[in-house]
Amino acid sequence: MNNTPGHSTTQDSQGPAPRVPVSTGSEWTFDLIRQYDEEIAKCAAEFGLDTYPNQVEVISAEQMMDAYSSVGMPVGYNHWSFGKQFLSTSKGYQRGQMGLAYEIVINSDPCIAYLMEENTLPMQALVIAHACYGHNSFFKGNYLFRTWTDASAIIDYLVFARNYISDCEQRHGVDAVEEILDSCHALMNHGVDRYKRPAPISAEKEALRQEEREEYLQRRVNDLWRTIPKPDNDEDPANRKQRYPEEPQENILYFMEKNAPLLETWQREIIRIVRKLAQYFYPQRQTQVMNEGWATFWHYTLLNRMYEKGLVTDGFMLEFLQSHTAVVYQPPFNSPWYSGINPYTLGFSIFTDLRRICESPTDEDREWFPDIAGSDWLKTLHFAMGNFKDESFIQQFLSPKVMRDLKLFAIEDDDQEDSYKVSAIHDEPGYRELREKLARQYNLSYRDPNIQVWNVDVRGDRSLTLRHVPVDRVPLGKDTEEVLRHAHRLWGFDVHLESVDEGTLKGEYHCPQKPPSAS
Amino acid sequence: MGMTHIVDRRLNGKNKSAVNRERFLRRYRHHIKKAVSDAVHRRSITDLEHGEKVSIPSRDIDEPVFHHGQGGHREMVHPGNQEFVAGDRLPKPEGGGGQGQGQGQASPDGEGMDEFAFQITQEEFLNFLFDDLELPNLVRKKLKDTETFNYVRSGFSTQGVPAKLDVVRSLRGAHARRLGLGGARRKKIREMEEQLAALKAAPEELDAAFSHEDQIKALEDEIARLKANVKRIPFIDEIDLRYRQHLKQPKPATSAVMFCLMDVSGSMTQMHKDTAKRFFLLLYLFLKKNYKKIDVVFIRHHTSAKEVDEEEFFYSRETGGTIVSSALKLMHRIIESRYSPAEWNIYAAQASDGDNWNDDSPVCGKLLTESILPLVQYFAYVEITPQDHQMLWHEYEQVQARFPESFAQQQIADPSEIYPVFRQLFERKAA
Repeated sequence: MNNTPGHSTTQDSQGPAPRVPVSTGSEWTFDLIRQYDEEIAKCAAEFGLDTYPNQVEVISAEQMMDAYSSVGMPVGYNHWSFGKQFLSTSKGYQRGQMGLAYEIVINSDPCIAYLMEENTLPMQALVIAHACYGHNSFFKGNYLFRTWTDASAIIDYLVFARNYISDCEQRHGVDAVEEILDSCHALMNHGVDRYKRPAPISAEKEALRQEEREEYLQRRVNDLWRTIPKPDNDEDPANRKQRYPEEPQENILYFMEKNAPLLETWQREIIRIVRKLAQYFYPQRQTQVMNEGWATFWHYTLLNRMYEKGLVTDGFMLEFLQSHTAVVYQPPFNSPWYSGINPYTLGFSIFTDLRRICESPTDEDREWFPDIAGSDWLKTLHFAMGNFKDESFIQQFLSPKVMRDLKLFAIEDDDQEDSYKVSAIHDEPGYRELREKLARQYNLSYRDPNIQVWNVDVRGDRSLTLRHVPVDRVPLGKDTEEVLRHAHRLWGFDVHLESVDEGTLKGEYHCPQKPPSAS
Repeated sequence: MGMTHIVDRRLNGKNKSAVNRERFLRRYRHHIKKAVSDAVHRRSITDLEHGEKVSIPSRDIDEPVFHHGQGGHREMVHPGNQEFVAGDRLPKPEGGGGQGQGQGQASPDGEGMDEFAFQITQEEFLNFLFDDLELPNLVRKKLKDTETFNYVRSGFSTQGVPAKLDVVRSLRGAHARRLGLGGARRKKIREMEEQLAALKAAPEELDAAFSHEDQIKALEDEIARLKANVKRIPFIDEIDLRYRQHLKQPKPATSAVMFCLMDVSGSMTQMHKDTAKRFFLLLYLFLKKNYKKIDVVFIRHHTSAKEVDEEEFFYSRETGGTIVSSALKLMHRIIESRYSPAEWNIYAAQASDGDNWNDDSPVCGKLLTESILPLVQYFAYVEITPQDHQMLWHEYEQVQARFPESFAQQQIADPSEIYPVFRQLFERKAA
């Protein structure tokens, strides 16, 4: 609206570069988006950001809510939980409690980013810089994404999954499919390979091998159960002791898919789909701080570069900086808005400080980061982005300055003590400990309880035993019984879960529940 | 660069989540039904314009996952330290609430955090409401054709009664036909007449072999023949006639009045009344589809009848005996004074548990057959009782025999029967 053609008033004569902004208004058009994207891309190239091709999709707020509720999957299968997500998103949005995230970006090739039509032009530019060049280059460069996900195949796979599940609904009924999906979702966090590299997903292969695999799967399961001696005939204690599986299995869904005795083939396929998706999202769960930090660092750096080149106006920068500040705001622990550490803030602070350490190192930096201090900042940042996940990234690059700036401190909560203890703060003696503790907080195997498949009673009642190994004596939460019911639904026979800490049994759960005597 | 592809997706469907939303509602239909059913108690029967807010306890819709519980030894790093130094001890909150998250937090609008609240639309509200009544889909049938009709012009037809003959249109048709049939010949005549005139004007040829006379004669003969021909085309023909056509369109009489009659004597419990309320609600919805304006008159009775507002109708308690005829008398009086049958479509629904003074039932029968049924479109009686019928029912059976078109009665023993009964009552009667 305020498109004033005679805007360039002051810098007519003086100033080295004449400022010729791409635009001066706040209304966007497709043309302007294209122009901004081109300019941002040029800046990104100056900094050597390597990205997948971008696909920018302009959508309405309602569509954004849709995208939101399908956990960012552009094509999702149908499930009530996505409907629940949608209801709560739209409620929050309609009441104005929540602005919609202005960006969703999909780790795919081409990289899909959504722009909301309601956004102003500076916001669109921010999102382009953040998503299309920040996240995009992260997806392409980070080792976890490179090894664990296949950006070029994900969309096809999602389409395959959606069609397969809707076929199942047709054939077996919505309820039957919903039950299986519920159970799979309950175990989704325990449906990933943490250490083993999974085979890349391919919709084509999935579809092609489908029938083949159906037979194969069933045969495999049958074999396992056929070769079992008759129940209770085998009194050889050695045989009795031998466990199946021989080694504990971390991927519970995978184990169910391959070994659950009673599942039908389509049910195994659904388990497979859910665990493939869990695997696809797994790197995102492990790199939240880095990924958001990287994208935030780049939208900040790229748009400032645009400003240096005179491509954007002061008004543009003011609006941009206001949004940027809101994004990286970290409420202190005693604020009513506090809900943990803001990953945008932490990631942005680390990357920004890393650049500072390279460009103008202090003595402290030389002591803490002898290899990095004074090095080429672009190379160093790319190295940091490419080769770490949140846990190791923090462990490696969180500087004393960032700890001081954020005023980090660690609290120890021990159920055997009657008070909390401040175990470390942002001071000389505390830096290392603090950094270690914060890094550990982002370790997923510390966040999710360590539960693995321990044993199947192949010679007896076919019951499945899971084993939980507590860390720091932290017990399981109150959903445990409920999740076990889901495990039981998949397994088809009794499921037990024992909490074993250093050889002593700390707790057990059973489904179906044991008769009264058990507590 | 040109690597970026910009797509406008705004015109793509926006209801991608519709199926998932529907799945959610389906999964929690019991919760929602309960909320809807509670809302029916709260709402006026004429208040069906909007949806309803539904709350479900969060624990019922949580998706369980394995997670850590309270206890053990944990460490958390927080930002924003102000005065702590390493080694400080801080008291734990009373009751060992731990992290203090998620517990006892009240949201600003008074909705507990442990409630998942969302809005359902009016349509969904009605679906759930009638789902409870085992309603497959809302009444789409017409009760019976309304008495008044509009005649709407609907073009012209070649058949009809003389009174509907459209003279202008018929003559226009005839004219066109005459032009059509005679045109070619008239043109020929015109040409020949020109030739004729030319011949006559031309100086006589010297050579007799080329004498004009023969030619003139031939032309004149031909012209005469053609003219006779043209003349034989009739001025107006059967096929020219056009009649105005009218379609008989049922005219939705714009206003209807609905009488709700209910026994509120001591034997009618709140359960009876709720069932009745749903029945009245259905009737209201049904009428609403057919009429623009609907008045609702509530008449409650025990030994005497009274016109009341909705609130009092459904919720005030009375004791004592039952004289049904008092309500019928009052209804009749109200019709006479306020709702002339010439202008109003009158519907009535009566709900009762079947109790009546035995002496009174014949009076009711008489009142209905003689003074009420001739005035109303339809009178439906529902008896809400699982027990055997009493006098009133038997009396009404006779009424029904005499007025099968405008009177019906059914028994409801259980709320789930409301809709089937409603359907039976309001089925279009086979012509």
